[in-house]
Parts: sequence; structure tokens; C-alpha cells
Amino acid sequence: MTDYKNLKLIATSSPHIRAAENTRTIMLDVIIAMMPALIWAIVKFGFRALILTAVSVIGCIVFEWGYRKIMKKPQSVNDLSAVVTGILLAFVCPVNMPYWMILVGDFFAIVVVKQLFGGIGKNFINPALAGRAALVASYAGTMSGAWADPQAGWVPVVGTADVVTAATPLAYMKSGDMAGLTSQYSVTDMFLGNIGGSLGEISALLLIVGGLYLIWRKVISWHTPVAYIATVAVLTFLFPKGGADNVQFMLYSIFSGGLMLGAFFMATDYTTSPVTKTGQLIFGVGCGLLTVFIRYFGSYPEGVCYSIMIMNLVVALIDKAVKPSRFGVVKSANKEAAAK
Amino acid sequence: MAQAFFGGVHPHDMKAATNEKAIEQLAPPAVVVIPMSMHFGAPCTPLVKAGDHVKVGQKIGEFHGLGAPIHASVSGTVKAVEPRPYSMGGNIMSVVIDNDFQDEVSEEVKAPADPNALSVEEMVEIVKNAGIVGMGGATFPTHVKITSGIGKVSTVIINGAECEPYITGDHRTMLERPEEIIGGAKFLAKMFGVDKVVIGVEDNKQNGIDAMNKVIAEQKAPVVVEPLRCRYPQGGEKQLCQAITGRQVPPGGLPADIGCAVFNINTTCAIYRALTTGMPVVRKIVTVSGSGVVEPKNLECPIGTPVTNLLDACGGLKDGTFKLIAGGPMMGMAQYTADIPVAKGTGAILAFCENEEKTVENPQCIRCGKCVSVCPMHLEPLFMYQYASKGMVEELNDAHIMDCMECGACSYICPARMHLTHMFKTGKQLVKDKAAADRAAAEAKKKAEEAKEAAAK
Repeated sequence: MTDYKNLKLIATSSPHIRAAENTRTIMLDVIIAMMPALIWAIVKFGFRALILTAVSVIGCIVFEWGYRKIMKKPQSVNDLSAVVTGILLAFVCPVNMPYWMILVGDFFAIVVVKQLFGGIGKNFINPALAGRAALVASYAGTMSGAWADPQAGWVPVVGTADVVTAATPLAYMKSGDMAGLTSQYSVTDMFLGNIGGSLGEISALLLIVGGLYLIWRKVISWHTPVAYIATVAVLTFLFPKGGADNVQFMLYSIFSGGLMLGAFFMATDYTTSPVTKTGQLIFGVGCGLLTVFIRYFGSYPEGVCYSIMIMNLVVALIDKAVKPSRFGVVKSANKEAAAK
Repeated sequence: MAQAFFGGVHPHDMKAATNEKAIEQLAPPAVVVIPMSMHFGAPCTPLVKAGDHVKVGQKIGEFHGLGAPIHASVSGTVKAVEPRPYSMGGNIMSVVIDNDFQDEVSEEVKAPADPNALSVEEMVEIVKNAGIVGMGGATFPTHVKITSGIGKVSTVIINGAECEPYITGDHRTMLERPEEIIGGAKFLAKMFGVDKVVIGVEDNKQNGIDAMNKVIAEQKAPVVVEPLRCRYPQGGEKQLCQAITGRQVPPGGLPADIGCAVFNINTTCAIYRALTTGMPVVRKIVTVSGSGVVEPKNLECPIGTPVTNLLDACGGLKDGTFKLIAGGPMMGMAQYTADIPVAKGTGAILAFCENEEKTVENPQCIRCGKCVSVCPMHLEPLFMYQYASKGMVEELNDAHIMDCMECGACSYICPARMHLTHMFKTGKQLVKDKAAADRAAAEAKKKAEEAKEAAAK
């Protein structure tokens, strides 16, 4: 029989069981959800898309590992969050950018934005978007000038001098040239991803597929993406530019410029979005408003990146303002308490 | 189907190991160790000393204030009255009885002549003398719950949710002793003067629901079985009230504040037995399960039976067992020794030898907000964790940490494996300590001012 006197028992606090899901499995799900868009990028842009993404991922891992090694902190590479950042940053960069350039973005994202503030869970803006913003500020010509035209064949793996470039849909929309836009790209092109743009943002369809996968896996909730996309849809439907048809303008708006990427993969970033469902709705609406404002009135054609970053900064305020209603306190009593 | 409470988690119920195994009677133990504190409230004073002969059902511990008396569970000779380890941590004064295996029943145990002719006062008195406490684990004295609830309570709820994984004692009771449950429910209806009693059962126990419905139909009893959605902590008192009545217990309040009284299945059976046979609480159904147990079982044994007897009856523990839990896996207490007895609130003994804990080194909150969306008390565990770890008492109070019932749903779901529930136990203590210190300071100040005034005069 069992020797009960010599059991090696651990007396820890309850609960004694844990769900199977952990940080690593969540990050793995995010990576899986981005695969359709990555494969599409390879189909449309060629192997350069894969290599650029791989370079970015390796860069993020090395910077994260190196920083924590130098600072003598416990390693966190295994949680795969650096891999997610690496893929996301590649997704928001033009495929014809030099390989070394994305490493600059990786450094900014991982070291400056994420690790200097304490690592995973501590950064206050989305690292991948901050990396992109740093690149746009440093290399404006490359980052927002020449977009490879996927309809003109693959981008060469080495050397990008003779890449055929095309204006992005957002550039047409910015200038109000709806006739030019509709002749260049159909709504179906926009939806499927036969358009110019950043590496991973072109196919709205495949990003939606990935987003639905994340919602199904309960990695993200529907609140942020739905609030975000619906806000953009409503505003662009009500106020089309360039005398365009309401529905047509709305469809071009929501299928362009990485809105789907932003709504499903960037705005839902745990660390930089509110923790309550109500807060996430507010956050999504805020992102949508800012995206449309920047597209309409800003100097950039695209607003997704900056709108999410700006909303990241007010997450702390949203979390302070939006609290769950206290259990056992009826709503009217809550209001009375607030009035006092 | 009633299911309306916010949040909650759905761990694998792990009940298949024991839910088809009938309740077995454990071979009588050679010795029982009966702790003098098996209820919520002050410990009992032992009424016996070493050398005394005791019989089954004889009162051996008297309570003071809030509490319930304690009875001998076997007949035999008192070997010692000394502090022994028990499942709530530390040592507690216990009566150790050498079993003489005669099972002599004490003269104190007298069945009422006609249970149905008893007045409410008489019934409550019998419940009190029978030492009945909440057998689900909270161990609140049942007679206090009844007396304080009479007049206020309009909904009497029997808690058959059994939402903790692994535990199947209540489920087996529904299948094997439905008459006791329904009988007890009828007595409760009479005591509270209500015309209907609701039994809430999670819908993973459909055959238990059917068994009870059959008895209800036969007896035309004023009892309704309400199937509940399978969701932890459905069996939490406040969550059960909310699921069945739609009302929420106010902060710091009791179910009686919203007209509810909740009794566990086995508490109801104990009431039935006390009122029909006069037998106090001397036996307990315990589910012995978990990956570390060779052959999981449902066992009924005298209160005070050493846990090692139960484990032996289940084939012993597997090598590498690293955790022994008294209670369920979500809220039970991990034990540092197997040298503990079964108490009135011990519904399960679990042993783990696999990676149930899934601990990680250096957990880091990723702010996913899952803890917020599962908290049945509408709290924000991730912020409470930060406040508690930094000792920010005021912020903890503002975050309503005292509403936390330590159900463990947040820790369970946390993908970063943060030790949330543990931190809230610490945090609640911080808040209590601060409140006590504030009170002491206020009193000292008052005294000083009084002294000053006295001196001025």
C-alpha cells in the first residue's frame, strides 16, 4: 500500500486545475489565422513576401532574446508573441522594401516599444504598428511611395529597382478619383485581393477568414472588429467622396488599406485594447472614427495604423471609465450612487 | 432552462470516473479522529475525556454562539483529546475514538414519534441538535440559516448543481436516495411555510433529475427540479439564486436578503434523517478521485475516518502523486499531509499525479481580459491583482475585492497562469487588516481625546 507518511505533497492555493489554453497556444492561433493572408501574399507577390516575413520574424526573435539575455531577464521567446509581432510588421510593409529596413522596424517594435516597457503585457501601443510608424517616419519614400503591382507579376527576390508599381486604391480615394479607381480595380478585386498594397493587407476575404477563426477559437471577441468595421462602413456610406455611389464607396473603403488586418489582428491586441466588452466597443468605434477622419482630412491616404495607435493611448482611460456593474447592485442604485 | 449568471467557466467535469459507481460503505475504521471545528464559527468544547466510552450519535462536542454540536460517529473508547491536523489547515482539538465495532447507538438518538406532527420550533430544535451544517463545504450551521430565514424567505432552493469537477456524491445521492432528498425538501417547505421548493441541478445529471422527478410524481410533493446549464460556479449560492430567481444578492449580503435560502442535497438528506430517525450527522459521502487515485470511488464513511482509510479502499495512490485536495479542484484546499480525517464539509478527496496545475515560471499578464469576462461577481481580476501585489488597499476596496468569493474561475481561465485567486486571498486579508487598524486608531484617538477632555476639566 501507499506510504502516506512520505508523500511529497505541494500545498498551493486553489484552483488546482487550469484550462489548457495558454499564452503560447493563443499566439499560435493568431499565427495560424494569418497564414491564409501570408500564402496569398506569396501567390501574388512571389517568394520575396515569404522571405521578408521570415526575416522580420527572425529579427523579432533575435531582438527579444538578445535584449532579455543582456538585461538578465527570464526568456520569453517561447510564448511566440515576438513571432506574431514579426509577421504583423511584415504584413504592414511594402513587399519591395529592402530586407535590412524591416529589421530597423523590428528593433523599434521589440526593443523600444515592447521590452523597454517591461515585455509582454506591458507595452502601451501595438509594437508592430509602432514599428511601421517608425519606418514611415524614417523612410517615407519606400514605405508609402511605390507599391508593387500584383497584377504585373512577382516581385524579384533580390533587387527591386525594376518593380512595376501602381497606385493603391486609397490613393485614388484620397484624391477623389473614383473613376480611376473603378477602372483600375473592381470591388471583387478589392475583396479577393488583386490590388496593390502592403504585404499582408490586400485580401479582405482571407483576413476575414482568419478573423473568424480567431473568434471561433475564442482568442478574440467580435466586439472590437465589428464596432471598428461598422463605424467605417456607416461613415463612408453616409459621406462618400468624389460623388461616388454610397454603397460602392463604402465597399471600396472597408476592403482597402488593411482595415480588415487592423480590425481583426491589430485592434484586438490584448495588451493595447480595453479589457471589458463595452470598452472594446468604444475602442472599436474610436478606431473607426479616426480611420475615416485621417483618410478624409489627414495628409496620409491611410488611417488604420495611426487610428489604432491613438486609440491605444486612451485604453487606460477607457478601462478606468468602463467598469462592470457591481454584482447585486441594481442599475438605478448604481446611477444614484454616481449622482452623489 | 435557468442559466442566467454572468461569466463562469466550463472545465472538463471529470465525473465519468465515479458517476456510475454506487455509493460504497467503507469498512469501519479502527479509529476515528473527530475535529472539534467542522462548521463556520467558533470550535466546539469537547464533552468527553480519554477513557470515556461513547456510542454512535452521542454528543461529544458542544458549540457556543454560532455553530453546531458534534457527535460520536462510532462506538468505542475515547483514546485521546488532543490537537490533530485537519483539512482546513493547521491543527485543531480533536476527539480520537478507538472503534469497538459494536455500533451501539446512543440513548440520545430518539426518533420523533410522528415527524409530520412536529411544529416548526421542534423541527428547528432537532436540526440544531443533530449538528447539521452546510454539507456542500461552506459548513454554515443549518439551524441558524433556517431561523434567520423564516419569514424572509419565499424561495427555498436545494443545491444539486455539484458544479465542481470530479465530485459525484450529490449525483449518486439523487440516484440512490431520491426519497431522502424529496422528504427533506418537504420538511424545509414546512419550516419556511412555502408552497414550493426548487431543486437546481446541472443538466449533466439528467438521470438524477429523472430519479427525483419520479419520486416527486409518486408523492405529489411540492418540489420542482430545475435543470441548470452546466457552468462553474453554478453551485455558488449567489449564482444559484440568480439562475433560479433572476435576483442578485447585494454586496456583503446573504441569499435571505433577496428572499432565498439554499441548502445542499446532502444537507437536505441530513435534515430528513434527523427528523425521521433522530440520527445526527455522523456519516459523510466522499468522492475519492483524481489522476493519482488507482480506483476512484464514492464512499460513505463515519465522520472522522482517516483519509488514508479511504485512499486504501480505492487501491492507494499512484507514484508521483504531488497533490492531495480536500474538496473540489476549484475551491478545495491542498493538504500538506494525508494524516487528516473526513469532516462534515469534506465532499471529496482528490489526488493528482499529472500536470493538472500546468504551472509556469514567471507568469506575465497579457491583459487578455478573459478573467473579466468569466468573473461571476463582475470584478476585474487583472487590476485587483496589480493592486494586491502592490498593497494598494484603497484601490482594492474601490475594486470591490471583498465581493470576490474565491471561486477560482479567473485563475482557471488565465492563459498566462497568473496566481489570481491566491493573490485575492492575500488582498482580502490586507483590506481586513487595514480596516482593523483603522478602527483601532479611531478608538485610540477617541480615548486620547476623552482623556484630554477629562484633564481639561
